Amino acid sequence: MVTLNINGRDTQVDADPSTPILWALRDNLNMTGTKFGCGAALCGACTVHLNGAAIRSCITPISAAAGQKITTIEAMETDKVGKAVQDAWVRHDVPQCGYCQSGQVMSATALLRTNKAPSDADIDGAMSGNICRCGTYQRIRAAIKDAAKTLA
Amino acid sequence: MRTEWINHAALTRPQEGGMSRRSFMKAGAIAGGGLVLGFFVPGANKFARAADAAKPLAAPNAFLRIAPDNTISVMVNRLEFGQGVNTALPMLIAEDLDADWSQMRGELAPAGDSFKDPVFGMQMTGGSGSVAHSFVQYREIGARARLMLIGAAAEQWKLKPEQLTTAKGYVIGPTGQRASYGSLADAAMKQPVPATVVLKDAKDFRIIGKPTPRIDARAKSSGKQQFGMDFKLPDTKVAVVARPPVFGARVAKFDAGKARAIKGVIEVLEVPTDRGGRGVVVIADGYWQAKQGREALAIEWDTSAVEKVSSAKQMADYKALAKTAGTSAKKADISQLAGAAKKISAVYEFPYLAHAPMEPLNCTVDLKADSCTLYVGSQFQTVDQGAAAATAGLKPEQVTLNTLMAGGGFGRRAVPSSDYVIEAVNVAKAYRAAGKSGPVKVIWSREDDIKGGYYRPAYVHRADIGLDAKGKILAWDHAIVGQSIITGTPFEPFMVKDGVDATTIEGMGEPYDVPLNLSVHNAKANVPVLWWRSVGSTHTAFVMETLIDEAAHAARMDPVAYRKQLMGDKHKRHLAALDLAVEKSGYGKRKLPKGRAYGVALHESFSSVVAYVVEASVTKGVPKLHKVTAGIHCNQAVNPMTIEAQVQGAILMALGTTLPGAAITLKDGVVEQQNFSDYTVARMPDMPQVAVHIVPSSDAPTGMGEPGLPPLAPAFANALFTLTGKRLRKLPFDLAAA
Repeated sequence: MVTLNINGRDTQVDADPSTPILWALRDNLNMTGTKFGCGAALCGACTVHLNGAAIRSCITPISAAAGQKITTIEAMETDKVGKAVQDAWVRHDVPQCGYCQSGQVMSATALLRTNKAPSDADIDGAMSGNICRCGTYQRIRAAIKDAAKTLA
Repeated sequence: MRTEWINHAALTRPQEGGMSRRSFMKAGAIAGGGLVLGFFVPGANKFARAADAAKPLAAPNAFLRIAPDNTISVMVNRLEFGQGVNTALPMLIAEDLDADWSQMRGELAPAGDSFKDPVFGMQMTGGSGSVAHSFVQYREIGARARLMLIGAAAEQWKLKPEQLTTAKGYVIGPTGQRASYGSLADAAMKQPVPATVVLKDAKDFRIIGKPTPRIDARAKSSGKQQFGMDFKLPDTKVAVVARPPVFGARVAKFDAGKARAIKGVIEVLEVPTDRGGRGVVVIADGYWQAKQGREALAIEWDTSAVEKVSSAKQMADYKALAKTAGTSAKKADISQLAGAAKKISAVYEFPYLAHAPMEPLNCTVDLKADSCTLYVGSQFQTVDQGAAAATAGLKPEQVTLNTLMAGGGFGRRAVPSSDYVIEAVNVAKAYRAAGKSGPVKVIWSREDDIKGGYYRPAYVHRADIGLDAKGKILAWDHAIVGQSIITGTPFEPFMVKDGVDATTIEGMGEPYDVPLNLSVHNAKANVPVLWWRSVGSTHTAFVMETLIDEAAHAARMDPVAYRKQLMGDKHKRHLAALDLAVEKSGYGKRKLPKGRAYGVALHESFSSVVAYVVEASVTKGVPKLHKVTAGIHCNQAVNPMTIEAQVQGAILMALGTTLPGAAITLKDGVVEQQNFSDYTVARMPDMPQVAVHIVPSSDAPTGMGEPGLPPLAPAFANALFTLTGKRLRKLPFDLAAA
């Protein structure tokens, strides 16, 4: 039994300590907003925040997160920056298949928390670990800049 | 996917919309009330079941439900996997129903006879046909429901239907009476279904042609959208399969001891896998336990009976074959080739490509003694339902296939052999045979996906072109070598003609008036192959458009002017798309900064024409695509916002195929790549600035899911030739080796 703080709430997870956060969320807690894409920190679909920083939950064991703050896509609606990002995503009609977008939103939110006016190079740097096979990158770029404006 | 023949059928019969064989029907009493319209399919009496089902939005055969709460739900007879059909089909109904856009909802239809594609005759998503083939069908449903709502209001108000009009979800009377569609829905259900309807004229469109945000954008931006991977019935167990390292190989022996010792692992069983192979499935409480279990398996494989392909040898064999004439696909006189003043001789190489949709394959199976229920993001409901029935030993009507939203597909979920669905049913069967019960979800890891076959085939093209001194093409001899996608599938009777697989050659020669003598070697290899976004045009467009560019240079002509000369005036849509891209890009007018060059390509696929003018540069030997200006001709654009997205996406996917590492290779039968670490896909920094321009038209729409892909790589290659003088003839690009 591992105690995790997820979206501000302490939650007991009955799983082996080596279990990645991703599978504790999805299989143990039925929180399916965080997606499985590669299992190897190569695609970013599983991105969550650990103490506010974007991490890949598919390779991070729950043992490494005990006592720390995990934030998932499910909490973004009540997060000022996260909500601004989601609203910009909708305004720019970003998603296509949508499967990678939880991770994209989490990476973009982490970026905007530390960088209020990201340049194209900043966006490339923060978002290059998030793969979108549908090719929504141009709209993601525009939506991040738009979200930055609404937060300014 | 398409063939030229099926495609021609689509072009010549768009107005039928499948109505001729079907009658519109009101569904039976549906829980929740409202107006429910569907189709009656002769010989498939499912309406009795619809009435019993008491599931209003999942009623078999229902296409449209106007609920008393004023929501209007549209059954989408396709897989939504990014292409926007879950928004586009509700747009079609809303237009002729005269509904307000805000009341529209989309639901993915389960497998059912009435949901078959009117052109293909099976329920499927492919061939960029979702909007093109449904354009009339869905609008007619909306138009019929509108007349029934008017009829109901006329009765209530004691007026004649001709006195009433509609607007944005209301029936409106001559003295200002207003009734919402929801309030009229129950009464409208008692109205007769009109035998004929007149569809709106394009000039009156309020919704079709207007950029319309996706219905699912909010759900997909907030983690709330459920995909197949997220679907879970109570007590669902997760299965991962250890598949043979070589396609079709078998298990010699295995030791499950260590796997069974892992907490959460429930069963370890030998199961049939694709192509006659055998594998071992680990079934556990969750994915992580199942995956740990799989890693703990000790399996000895027997690969003795299967061919072990090595890519290096295969390419060498293909190149040797390409020197010889194969089965003739197009005949032309090539007698002038030998004596031609100028010659172009080229050999092109294309690797296997994995689709790698972001959502790995998965399929949930709830198998019982007399029923099988599937939950799967399938592009091929009819085929998969039948395959599941045969595998489970049940009748097709005992199998329910529920279509769940999918995280991409690009063709990988449209498998004529139903590989992953059959495997999942076999896993469920083995689980039951082991004395267990309950639903099982098979999940593929990314490694399973990359190594799992069903690739875009590897191809070699050989071209010998003779030109006169002025650059006019006198003779063009061409051979293509590659596996057939279609042979051995149920599509063979329609899509293999005179021994030539249409998907091997589609796009060759077109739209140019050139004397092309084309032959094909459909090689065999123990590697499963499949259509991959834009199918044959993934390779033919590259070959055609780089060779035409080369011929233009040989003729010392501008590549745009050369193309126009070769097309003559017969290809008005091509000319319009090309002219639009050229005009908007500034090509020929705007001088580019030093180090940048334009590249142009033009290609028709799935009856839509796409022209690209790109801007590229090379820095320290690394090519970079900066800008793409697109000219599109897809007739009536239904949702320009989706079309723009589809073009951006197709560009990005095509660009990905040019990047180092974008290839699946095999050695001794084993796929050498594993994950996104060694199978390259395009990322954020690769994305060029894309501007999409659509030629205005009100002709019956043609699809846009795939046509944006083919002309991108050749346009890029043509720009790189201008920059470096090198002709790239191998994908992915390697400037140093060219």
